[in-house]
Amino acid sequence: MSNLIALLGRIADRVNQDAWLVQRGRFVDATVLLDAQSSQHLIAVRQGRIESVAHGPFVMPSWTFALRAPLAEWQAFWQPLPAPGHHDLFAMRRRKVLGIEGNLQPFMANLLYFKAVLAAGRPQALASGARQTPGQ
Amino acid sequence: MPDPAFEPITGRYLRLNIEGVPQRVYVEEAGQGIPLLCLHTAGADTRQWRGVMNDPEVLSRYRVIAFDMPWHGKSSPPAGWHEQEYRLTTEGYVAQVLAVCEALALQRPVVMGCSIGGRLVLQLALAHPERFRAAIGLQAGAHVDPYYDTTWLHHPDAHGGEVCAGVVSGLVGPQAPEAERWETLWHYMQGGPGVFKGDLYFYKVDGDIRGKVAGIDTRRCPLYLLTGEYDYSCTPAETLAVAASVPGAKATIMDGLGHFPMSEDPERFLGYLRPVLGEIGAGC
Repeated sequence: MSNLIALLGRIADRVNQDAWLVQRGRFVDATVLLDAQSSQHLIAVRQGRIESVAHGPFVMPSWTFALRAPLAEWQAFWQPLPAPGHHDLFAMRRRKVLGIEGNLQPFMANLLYFKAVLAAGRPQALASGARQTPGQ
Repeated sequence: MPDPAFEPITGRYLRLNIEGVPQRVYVEEAGQGIPLLCLHTAGADTRQWRGVMNDPEVLSRYRVIAFDMPWHGKSSPPAGWHEQEYRLTTEGYVAQVLAVCEALALQRPVVMGCSIGGRLVLQLALAHPERFRAAIGLQAGAHVDPYYDTTWLHHPDAHGGEVCAGVVSGLVGPQAPEAERWETLWHYMQGGPGVFKGDLYFYKVDGDIRGKVAGIDTRRCPLYLLTGEYDYSCTPAETLAVAASVPGAKATIMDGLGHFPMSEDPERFLGYLRPVLGEIGAGC
């Protein structure tokens, strides 16, 4: 849990420092529930910036869309060079380990943005679909 | 290569009828020798083959030909396109390839296709083995079950090109060169509305060849299968399943590559392709 809190904090910092990624997501206004089964997290995105990350447990959370996968799957996704099948949100969907639910319009309309946001959790942002940012 | 310099690729527009419908099809070619007909992926176009069509070793022995399927790239959609939903079928796709072969008078070309093209070369090897010297299936499997809602590929609430690129972005291997990765995605961003979705009708519904693929006779049409290890659309396991069911088929899993090997990392891909073309050429 503490590792995940630190990782999500790193994602927020990297996204907010990446001017081009913020620009790509400039029309995004959504709250994402990241569900790792053992813990839940709410990532609030406003105009492409991560405004806040809240950590559960939550009593009655509101969210735009949810991404649900076991913690072990998220950990595999966030490896520096993930193994095949673990390297992309849709690869996880293909293996039926990632649930994507809720209002999917912001997610699908900004898919490259959200893939890049999640991939920013990798120690080095070798990302599937993400822009690689020097120094990460 | 000096700068500036023309590439060896030339392109022309071909007028022909496909299933009785007049079509204007854009065709590119480069090189001389054994005809090698290349089929692009769903929702993309011939630019994916730019690496192969610029490779001196390949061009020294092969006449490489690629065409934009109707509705794709620089080929036009047929008249009346605005009043129909585009849907690619097995029958229609086979008709396109045979029509181009006939129009160009290709004598038993090698046919190489990727993704939907990889699926189609299985169909061609099965149904028309006498027409082709060999078949090379890239990212070729017998079937793919839907794993996401394709409605979003053509929906007024999202930019179709950006959704298409977003959907396929993870199919590019994570170590692909940045310029090649993003050129591959650019092709997807440029597809016409509903075209990628219409191609997937063949890929996920109509083109299911699971029950028939074992009937391919590699003595009549040798079959080579090359699949990138990071492909989760056509997985290595699915390619190996095809190879296991077709006696004589030769399968190779390509390290580090994804679903668009010839486009996402041409140099790495050519390292796998050249030996296959050499083997085919040696038998000619």
